[in-house]
Amino acid sequence: MKTLLKMTGFICLLYLVSWQAMAQIGIRQIHQERSLYRNIIVTEDSTRRCMRFTITRRTGQNQSCRFLQNPQHLVFPYAKMTLSSLLVQDNPQKILIIGLGGGTLPAVYSHLFPQADIVISEIDEAVLRVAEDYFNFEETDRIKVDIGDARVYIKRASLRGEKFDLVIVDAFNGEYIPEHLMTQEFLQEVQQLLTATGMVVANTFSSSRLYDAESQTYRNVFGEIINLRMPNTGNRIIIASAEALPSPNTLAQRAAQWALRLEYFNRDVKDFVPHMSTAVAWNTRVRHLTDQYSPANLLNN
Amino acid sequence: MILTESSISKKNLLVMSLAFISGFIIMSIELLGGRILAPYFGSSIFVWGSIITVFMISLSLGYLLGGKLSLRKPRLKQHGTFFISSAFLLLPLILFSNQLMESLFLIIEDPRYGSLSVSLLLFFLPTTVLGMIAPYSVRLLVINSHHSGHIAGTLYFVSTLGSALGTLVTSFYLVLWFEVNQILISMALILFAAGFLAIFSDKNFSENKLSVDSTS
Repeated sequence: MKTLLKMTGFICLLYLVSWQAMAQIGIRQIHQERSLYRNIIVTEDSTRRCMRFTITRRTGQNQSCRFLQNPQHLVFPYAKMTLSSLLVQDNPQKILIIGLGGGTLPAVYSHLFPQADIVISEIDEAVLRVAEDYFNFEETDRIKVDIGDARVYIKRASLRGEKFDLVIVDAFNGEYIPEHLMTQEFLQEVQQLLTATGMVVANTFSSSRLYDAESQTYRNVFGEIINLRMPNTGNRIIIASAEALPSPNTLAQRAAQWALRLEYFNRDVKDFVPHMSTAVAWNTRVRHLTDQYSPANLLNN
Repeated sequence: MILTESSISKKNLLVMSLAFISGFIIMSIELLGGRILAPYFGSSIFVWGSIITVFMISLSLGYLLGGKLSLRKPRLKQHGTFFISSAFLLLPLILFSNQLMESLFLIIEDPRYGSLSVSLLLFFLPTTVLGMIAPYSVRLLVINSHHSGHIAGTLYFVSTLGSALGTLVTSFYLVLWFEVNQILISMALILFAAGFLAIFSDKNFSENKLSVDSTS
C-alpha cells in the first residue's frame, strides 16, 4: 500500500514537472515593446494570452490574461475579487477605472451594465494600443480612455463636478506602485468624486508593511472598510463606500441574486462573502500614507 | 609658515565640505521635487522632464553668476551668504508649494506646462544660488593658474559625490523615515548653519591671507 502511494506520488510529481516544463516551452511571445514607462510583453500559450510588464519569466507577473477559448472567463483572482463590488453597489451608472491593463475590468462591467458610462484613466498610451491590438479592447460611446495620470484626471473631474458610482483602483502591479495614488489626500479626492451611494474598490496587496499602512489610510478617510482576502493569492481587495457598508447578511443575499448573471464569467461571488470582513485586522499604530509621507514602494519590499 | 599651510588645508577642507553639502542638498531637493509635484501633475515622464530642465537651467545660470561674482574680492563671507540665501529661498517651497500648485493647476490645463511653471517658481531661485557655490569655491581655493585644473577637478569630485549621496540617501532612507517637509526644513537648516560657519571662518582665514599670498 505504501509503495503504491509512493508510486502514485512520484507519477504525480513527474506529471507536474513535465506539465510545468511544457507550459514553459509552450509560451510564445507575440509582441514586445518598450513604452515611456515600461516594457510591455504579450505572450500566448495554448490556453491563454497575457500582457506582462517585465521580461522575467517569474510566474505571477502577468498584468492581465484572457482565455483563448472563453475570453469572458476571468483568469485572475483579483479580477474575480473585484466583482465583489457588486455586493455593495449593484447598479453603477458611472464608473471610473484607474489602470487599463488588458481591458478585462471594462469588459466585465460594460457587459453587466451596458448603459453605464465607463471612463478608464491610463497613464501609458502604449498599454491602450496593446489592449486594442491584442485584447479586443475598444473605445465606444460608453467606454472612454483618458491617457494621463489618474491623480490629475481625478482633480480635473472634481473641478468639473463629475460624480461616479464606482471607482476601481487597479493601478498597482508588483513591480512599481504609483505612490501618489495611495495617499490620504488622493483618497479624499476620490471620496469627493463619489455619488451619495458611490463606492471605491481597490485591488492591492495583502502582505508586507504596506498592508498595514494602506489599510490605515483607507480607514482614516472612509471609516469602516471591507477587506477581501482569499487564500492562495497575494491580492486583496479594499472596499469603501460613501454610505454605510452592507451587513454580512445583505452581502450574502445579494451574492445569491448575482449568481445567475455572473455565470457568464464563470464566476460565483458567493465564495467571497465569508472572506469579506470589516474587522480592523492590521497594525493600527503604523504611519498612514500622505502626500508628505508615502514610501509605498519601500514599504512593499 | 607651518601655521599658514595648515590654515590653507583647513580652509580647503571647509570649502570642500561646503561644496559637498551643496551637492548633496541640490540632488536631495531635486528628488523630492518629483514627490512634491505628483499630487497635482502626476508622475508622468514629463513631470520629471520639467524638474530636471529647471534644475539644469538654474545650475547653469548659477555657475555663470557664481563665476562672475568670484572676479571681485572673493571672500568666504560672501560664500556663506550664498548658503544662507538659498536656505531662505527654500522657504516658499516649504510653506506655499501647495497653494501655488493649486492655483497654477486651475490656470494651466496642460500638465506639461503646469509642472514646468511650478518647477520654475519653486526651484529656480534656490537652485540658481546653490549653483553659484561651485565656481566660487574654485576661486576661493585657487592660488595660481598651475593647479587651477586640479582644484576644479577635486571640487567637482567632491560636490558630485555629494550629489550622488544626496540622491541615494534621500531616495533609499530619508523618504522612508521623514515627511517631505521635514527633510526640506532640515536641508534649509543645514544650509543656514553652513553659511554661518563660512562667515565666521572668514575672519580666521583672511588674517593669514597676506602670508598665503606671499608663498604663492
